[in-house]
Amino acid sequence: MSADVGSAYCIQGATGDWEVVLGLEVHAQVISRSKLFSGAATDFGAEPNTQVSLVDAAMPGMLPTINGECVVQAVRTGLALGAEINHYSVFDRKNYFYADLPQGYQISQFKHPVVGEGTILLDLGDGKTKEVGIERIHLEQDAGKSMHDQHPELTYVDLNRSGVALMEIVSRPDMRSPDEAGAYLTKLRTILRYIGTCDGNMEQGSMRADVNVSVRRPGDPLGTRCEIKNVNSIRFVRQAIEYEARRQVDIIEDGGTIDQETRLFDPNKGETRSMRSKEEAHDYRYFPDPDLLPLELDDAFVTAARDSLPELPDVKRTRFVESLGLSDYNAGVLVAEKESADYFEKLLAALAEKTGKSAEKLATKAANWVISDLFGTLNKMGKTVSDSPVTVDHGAELLALVEDGTISGRIAKDVFEVMVETGDAPARIVEDKGLRQVSDTGEIEAIIDGIIADNHGQVEQYRAGKTKVMGFFVGQVMKATGGKANPQVVNQLLKPKLDG
Amino acid sequence: MSDAKPSDLTKLTIAGARDMLSSGEISARELAQAHIAAVDAADPLNAYIVKTPEKALAMADAADARLKAGNAAPMTGIPIGVKDLFATEGVRTTACSHILSGFEPAYESTVTQNLWDAGAVMLGKLNMDEFAMGSSNETSHYGPVKNPWRATGSNSDYVPGGSSGGSVASVAGYAAMGATASDTGGSIRQPAAFTGTVGVKPTYGRCSRYGMVAFASSLDQAGPVTRTVRDSAIMLGAMAGYDPKDSTSVDRSVPDFEAALTGDIRGLKIGIPQEYHLAGMPVEIETLWHQGIDWLKAAGAEIVDINLPHTKYALPTYYIVAPAEASSNLARYDGVRYGLRDVPQGGGLADMYETTRGQGFGPEVKRRVMIGTYVLSAGYYDAYYLKAQKVRQLIADDFRRAYEKVDAILTPTAPSAAFAFGDKSDDPIAMYLNDVFTVPASLAGLPGSSVPAGLDADGLPLGLQILGRAWDEETVLKVSGVLEEAAGFTARPQDWWRA
Amino acid sequence: MSEIDRATVAKIARLARLKIDEDALEPMAGELTKILDWVEQLSEVDTDNIAPMSSPVDAKLRWRDDAVTDGNVRDKVLKNAPHDEYGFFAVPKVIE
Repeated sequence: MSADVGSAYCIQGATGDWEVVLGLEVHAQVISRSKLFSGAATDFGAEPNTQVSLVDAAMPGMLPTINGECVVQAVRTGLALGAEINHYSVFDRKNYFYADLPQGYQISQFKHPVVGEGTILLDLGDGKTKEVGIERIHLEQDAGKSMHDQHPELTYVDLNRSGVALMEIVSRPDMRSPDEAGAYLTKLRTILRYIGTCDGNMEQGSMRADVNVSVRRPGDPLGTRCEIKNVNSIRFVRQAIEYEARRQVDIIEDGGTIDQETRLFDPNKGETRSMRSKEEAHDYRYFPDPDLLPLELDDAFVTAARDSLPELPDVKRTRFVESLGLSDYNAGVLVAEKESADYFEKLLAALAEKTGKSAEKLATKAANWVISDLFGTLNKMGKTVSDSPVTVDHGAELLALVEDGTISGRIAKDVFEVMVETGDAPARIVEDKGLRQVSDTGEIEAIIDGIIADNHGQVEQYRAGKTKVMGFFVGQVMKATGGKANPQVVNQLLKPKLDG
Repeated sequence: MSDAKPSDLTKLTIAGARDMLSSGEISARELAQAHIAAVDAADPLNAYIVKTPEKALAMADAADARLKAGNAAPMTGIPIGVKDLFATEGVRTTACSHILSGFEPAYESTVTQNLWDAGAVMLGKLNMDEFAMGSSNETSHYGPVKNPWRATGSNSDYVPGGSSGGSVASVAGYAAMGATASDTGGSIRQPAAFTGTVGVKPTYGRCSRYGMVAFASSLDQAGPVTRTVRDSAIMLGAMAGYDPKDSTSVDRSVPDFEAALTGDIRGLKIGIPQEYHLAGMPVEIETLWHQGIDWLKAAGAEIVDINLPHTKYALPTYYIVAPAEASSNLARYDGVRYGLRDVPQGGGLADMYETTRGQGFGPEVKRRVMIGTYVLSAGYYDAYYLKAQKVRQLIADDFRRAYEKVDAILTPTAPSAAFAFGDKSDDPIAMYLNDVFTVPASLAGLPGSSVPAGLDADGLPLGLQILGRAWDEETVLKVSGVLEEAAGFTARPQDWWRA
Repeated sequence: MSEIDRATVAKIARLARLKIDEDALEPMAGELTKILDWVEQLSEVDTDNIAPMSSPVDAKLRWRDDAVTDGNVRDKVLKNAPHDEYGFFAVPKVIE
């Protein structure tokens, strides 16, 4: 089992072990100002039916016109996942009736999606990775929203989301555990956020997952799968898989068979349940949308999309480790969010400039400070790096002050606290509070002489071989200087005097 | 003409009225008033389902101001009717379906907007087959339109053809100088032939479909119905044009169609498709076709026999493709956002859908929605829909090859003259066969016209069809003009409806 | 080949959300069978290696710029609604 690190997870049934096979279909809302086929806005949380054009409301005779930016975004996403870009793709109609589907069909891509096969590398912790195949990505319209709980007899329909562009990202059934599914979503979300094609906000529904779950005896062919629709958090995805896999094993072990069906996850009960009644007559009657012509992309377009991509997290992580000498752990933490990596990189550049030292030499110190001091504090405050009260420049200035000996590492922590509170520049705080480190040998020597004179007992002890007492003297000097004495200078001066 | 009485004004052509308007001999208001009266007088035809006389007068006054200011366009001040398929802002638009009962769009179709921008005057909305599905105007929720033409010495009514029945009847009945129409499989050309009017279906993509209630999106195309070829050229020029709001509208400049009417077709090669000689077709139609060939030959055209080998498959192809698209296009009529809503007592959403659609659609529409749903459904898609799309390609290829040899094609417009009400309404396939000559060009997206060319033994009009290459409406119009001239078709229906 | 029976008519009607009365199923089955038998003649045509034609327009899809140019027309959107409340379309509840 060690070869395939992911398959440690199994369901222990009454009759033996079962393997879980998972594939995910992620609906990711494309970041764009206007909708896929209309000029209405896409912002979240507007008043009902205000972000709706007559096209989105499917008025008679209204026609779709495609937003080029959404195509660019889908292609960029494909390229970021190392996928094939299809230079010819087609929009199809997926026909079904629902109150929040105004046209009576969803414009989607069926036979010819814009993006073909790609891969995604999962980080499974402890440096373990696993490759998961991407089958395809296609563009489609979102539906509106039905609200069933506002009125006893009525359902309210808001079409604000109707027509918003979605990318459906379909994985291969390559995952084998809830952890892997979680890692897949985490990694996908990271990549989408890096390249700015989806904000990855699962609570607001801008990223939703349909999870295909089946179970089998290890080595057997694929079992019948159930699709759990619209799961809206990574935690729920994991819970849903655990519940569903167990449910399927129980059925099979009881001599039953699995019906291929669509199920819903109920987060309150932690269960999945069948939505068969709605499924009953589904036959989507896909056919090419005659209101739209085929989508054709040329090489120049794809090249431009490729050139617009930032450095991707996997590449960045490798660079952090290999060129900057960061630990794998630090690199992993920093690249998990683009904003964190950006903060770190800008800080490092500013620090290098301020100190004249190489980035390589400073990288680990800077990473440690960003991860433990800054992130630790932000976490406590419930803030993210994007709304950090400490700017990149101030952070770099603080580390530079330590680097050039103006303040000690310990004083730096005090200064940082003030920075978080006030947003002031560290140099200014150091000046205002007189925290500059004392390195003047004359001044420190005078203090040491005074302390030696006042503490005969301890001097005797030291000279009797209890060299640990050295710490006492350092402490006294620091106390006398309010922590500002340069510890190196103190050590240098103290030892010969004690040694007599 | 300065002493023309109002009733005479309705007999003017668009070209004639344009000249009199620009010279100041008549005012747009006078012209509008004469037509408003004619619209009322034509009530027995049932051509108009909505009349907009106030709008007409206001638009006429604006046209007069524009004429006076010297910035008039060719359609300025010309009173027209609008097929109910075109959305008109604030004016009820139902595609003559019960399911759109009371629908007042908050938007204007591009084609009508273009006409209003050119200064045309709106008389009202015209009757049609429900959702343009029909060839006799018998499927309208507002009842059938009567053909202004009657057989010699007869008092029986005839169908005007369809689906643009109201358009052709209003124009033939002098209750509009021109009318917008739409053609999916022949809905402009066949009714034009049945009523002695000129109808032009331009190349697919020439007129915007924005705001035109969709029947079959890959086939629907707007065009004019008028009493002369020149009038059609003028009106088409105003209707056509690239529209960014329609992804299938093609970005090409609109030529001066009127300028194409040179009357000179010397050296032009006219194709005669052998497959259009149908067994059992009335001999008068064969004769008229031969007559047409002779006229064009006499005008200096070269007649060339051509083959369009997949012609016989055009109708079955059409009756898969069009219903398939329609079944999807009509899914939006669900009672949620506009139009009819019918919920049985205690019913839920699903009941609302089924009852609303069951009540709202007429039998022919239901039939086509059923066929369309069936041919797209799991297990049948490849055998029907995909097959039809491939045959459609072969039909288009037939034309492409033919146009390597010829510049235009001459055929009869329809296999018969107008027929009596009820004659074919019990047999869908017999009704579908009406479009046998018009459907192939629709499938290929090619332009075509119907020109009145003669009368049958009963005194009912017959039309000849001219088809052209994609984007070559100019040749279609030029040949149509020559045919019109040669035919010298001056017969007019007796205005029995005014009695 | 294309014998449409009552059950098929009922199934298709359900897919198309069309209420068809019990006593209309049989006649509808007959009509559809006739029409489908008639279109069946397409099977004679050799369409091997023929690409399906979806549109007469031989062009690629044109793109719109990503700009907000529409929306904010709730009055127009709801103008024809059979039933609206609080800015929403209101429909009978889904009965599962």
